Amino acid sequence: MRLEELSRKLSLEVRTAAGKLGTEVTGGYAADLLSCVMAKAQAGNVWVTLQSHPNVVAVASLLNLAGVIVTEGMIPDATTVDKAEEEGIPILTTELTTFTVVGRLFELGVPGVD
Amino acid sequence: MPEITRLQELVYELKIGEVMTRKVVTVAPQTSMAELRKILREHRISGAPVVENGELVGIISIEDLIKALAEGEMGVPVGEKMTRDPVTLRTDEPVVLAVNRFARYGFGRFPVVDEKGRLAGILTRGDIIQGLLRKLEVEYHEEEIHRYRASHIFEDIVSDRTSIVLHYDVVARDLDHAGEAASKIKRTLSRLGASPQIVRRAAIAAYEAEMNIILHTDEGGEISAEVRPEQIIIRAVDTGPGIPDVEQAMRPGFSTAPEWIRELGFGAGMGLNNIQRCADEMRLESPQGKWTSLEVVVYLDRKKGEK
Repeated sequence: MRLEELSRKLSLEVRTAAGKLGTEVTGGYAADLLSCVMAKAQAGNVWVTLQSHPNVVAVASLLNLAGVIVTEGMIPDATTVDKAEEEGIPILTTELTTFTVVGRLFELGVPGVD
Repeated sequence: MPEITRLQELVYELKIGEVMTRKVVTVAPQTSMAELRKILREHRISGAPVVENGELVGIISIEDLIKALAEGEMGVPVGEKMTRDPVTLRTDEPVVLAVNRFARYGFGRFPVVDEKGRLAGILTRGDIIQGLLRKLEVEYHEEEIHRYRASHIFEDIVSDRTSIVLHYDVVARDLDHAGEAASKIKRTLSRLGASPQIVRRAAIAAYEAEMNIILHTDEGGEISAEVRPEQIIIRAVDTGPGIPDVEQAMRPGFSTAPEWIRELGFGAGMGLNNIQRCADEMRLESPQGKWTSLEVVVYLDRKKGEK
């Protein structure tokens, strides 16, 4: 499923890189520790996290992730937004908790990396 | 299909101002329909924006002309036959918006205005297609040149051993630029033609090493990536304070990071483990209180690398 479709079905707010939502999502990963993401997330995965600082973009870009879903109403700051636009990393935000987002993604058929 | 994805991206990235036709033939409201007929024929166009004192006031098309002709009203001014307050596009809007407007209204052209509402150009479907093709061609060409130059570098240089070393300075506690060295290493390795799996491993190792320098050193350090025909060597060197107990530091989850760093998601105590998982060889030296030197080797080809 494409990121754009996931975004619509979960009513996510697209904060950056609206032009990059056509990516086919290969799976999902959720964690707030960046090194865990570095270790486990695979290219094309969507990453669900509470973190919204600029380094999230660096991690997503290095791993060629499809996009980042930032949960619990956290809003990425201007530096993060600029960086994400520059690197072409979609950041989508939601009021939902990580648990709920992951559950919904699972229902939609987005698999975990295990 | 990557080409199609790129095209979809371009539709969002490209601005209408970049693809529109800038030279626009315009007419005044006072221009008669008979004169309009001549103008359209001379310029081989099927419509024109109507401008009064530099302001866009309407649009007139060949269909309006045919109607006027049928009704014998060729003497009346354009101002009476034009469509007032035409739907416009703006130079700074993305091309995707124009694509949607063409689909919704079925018009052949849209006048394009700048941020002050002044006429800046005109947009047809043909302009969009041409603009996209032009951009795709330029990008394809540029990337081809980059890739070609980079991937042939070892063939062009004659020596007994050739390697390229990329150096990056890493500033302590500079979280805003964290990951930039690793990003640059990643991009360069891709251009040099390394496989995605190799690039991923080298990039993860470089990122974790970069983060260690940013989070834990007093005065920063340097990350370098040496690219040889058979292997990539990532080196991270700093001037202290050194790792008190390397064995302990290698244990997954062991972290000395302060609370504020952990709250940001750093300092998970996984860095060195991640590096080790990505490395074919890893050497870590850290005399306490002095410096740390980390060397990570990733073989481009497992068999060749072991030689």
